[in-house]
Amino acid sequence: MENTTEKKHNTSATVRKAITYTGLAVWALMVLFPFYWMILTSVKSYSEYNSEYIPRFYALSPTMQNYLDAFSTVPLGRYLLNTLVFTVITTALMLIVATLAAYGFARLSFPGKDLVFTAFLALMMIPNELVVITNFVTITNLHMRNSFPGLILPSVTSVFYIYLLKENFEQVPDALYYAAKVDGTSDLKYLWKVMMPICRPTLITVGILKVIECWNSYIWPRLITDEEAYFLVSNGIQEIRENGFGRENIPAMMAAVVVISVPLLVLFIAFREKIMAGVSRGGTKG
Amino acid sequence: MEKNQYKGWLYLLPAAVFLAAFLVYPLIDVFVYSMEEGYNFASQKSFGTGLYNFSYVLHDPYFLQALKNTFIMVVITVPLSTGIALLISVGLSSIKPLRKLFQTIYFLPYVTNTLAVGLVFMVLFKKTAYSDGLVNLLINAFGGESVDFIDGPHAAKMFVMCLYIIWVVMPFKILLLTSAISSVNPNYYNAARVDGTSPFRIFYKITLPMISPTLFYLIITGFIGAFKEYSNAVALFGTDLNAAEMNTIVGYVYDMLYGDSGGYPSYASAAAIILFMIVLTITYLNLTISKKHTFY
Repeated sequence: MENTTEKKHNTSATVRKAITYTGLAVWALMVLFPFYWMILTSVKSYSEYNSEYIPRFYALSPTMQNYLDAFSTVPLGRYLLNTLVFTVITTALMLIVATLAAYGFARLSFPGKDLVFTAFLALMMIPNELVVITNFVTITNLHMRNSFPGLILPSVTSVFYIYLLKENFEQVPDALYYAAKVDGTSDLKYLWKVMMPICRPTLITVGILKVIECWNSYIWPRLITDEEAYFLVSNGIQEIRENGFGRENIPAMMAAVVVISVPLLVLFIAFREKIMAGVSRGGTKG
Repeated sequence: MEKNQYKGWLYLLPAAVFLAAFLVYPLIDVFVYSMEEGYNFASQKSFGTGLYNFSYVLHDPYFLQALKNTFIMVVITVPLSTGIALLISVGLSSIKPLRKLFQTIYFLPYVTNTLAVGLVFMVLFKKTAYSDGLVNLLINAFGGESVDFIDGPHAAKMFVMCLYIIWVVMPFKILLLTSAISSVNPNYYNAARVDGTSPFRIFYKITLPMISPTLFYLIITGFIGAFKEYSNAVALFGTDLNAAEMNTIVGYVYDMLYGDSGGYPSYASAAAIILFMIVLTITYLNLTISKKHTFY
């Protein structure tokens, strides 16, 4: 008797497990399939792709020609370089500005600090859509359209990262600060020599999240650049779609998509744990 | 000590300057713009002060279309994506082998450029002269008729749109829900198991209440995000969203500001403020409901 219930229990558990794995595999397939399709299409030749009414799930004669086309027919290299410059400078500036502010909030005491911090937090609620209109006007009036400063400056600050860093800085024991003070270390030197090395994991996380944000940013770059020389990858791919290879050269388009996607995927593989932990602490998307 | 006081402010100065210039000032300015009736870049003039901009926007068929589209996207994608994410996360938490692998795969859409991958979706769904596209061939295989999902009927376009939005927003939800589920105190489960509670009951009586704060957080941010939908629509249907009848509220704001139909920051501001009011109202309702149903 006991044996049969045990068995029954086991069977239903097995069935449940099978259903679970099937369901999970289905979603994994849904996620991976577009990636597979873009890589597959990107190595098919133009004529091969267009001759297949029913597309094959493999490429008969894989070719790298589309990748060459992607770099030679459209300025994909330029888009990538622009995005790299934009991402590096914006992230670096953000880290400097946010670190200084977070340090000010976490370690130094001055009158009005709490009030200012509350005001900072309130700024987190402001949706980007409301402020982008005036920023567009400001940058236009400063004649900074189609320039890197115009792209970068409004993208630098992010209240949330200041908050995240401040929380982390506050965990560093006070004793270290007083010890450093006794030794005559200046505040800035303490920040650089003690605080930042201790909080390096958080700084890296914040930096990576900003890099992802920059690499994928579309709305602001689209508003502020209409010269191709300053397009970032998101605008670039839109430009390629609308005027690039001619609408029908899908394989070359997919090659461009692969090239644009690869840097972040590499970053993700390298910093998987950090990125996922960082996003669950402070990411917002969707 | 005296010197230190100024020093503190000095550290905040760069951040404060940036925030004042690109966040606080614009926030005030957007309300000013919204009251300057019919202001445009070309003439640099408005014809009065008042609420005309709001009335113009609310009577603009393009805005109404965008409003309708946005609401459809919100109503479809928020419950579906949250529900599926919950199912997946529960499944993910119940297995050991392959869990890491699945988690990694599920996270991939988060680190992709959505404009770029949108093109892949377009290729999969688009009907061209050469091929009906993979999805249509699948539909044919099951005896259905080909539909043009990218340039065809509105419902078909909306279907792809919602599918893509869900694809894009899933990683964040799955990540947060799995970590919420894994942080539930295992003692509750052990106690339930001793009592012989069924798995469904365990989920309903233990897991769900324990993760309800995360769930509500995701619903609230999900609503906010879905109301601001824009770039995914561009990814699928191109920049001329009005022509594709797939514009969203945010898309309308940017179209008013810039591009062929642009140059009207006053109308753009009015539309942005209307959007903000909608989001505020929905968030308020969500918070009220969540206070009633969150269990701790």
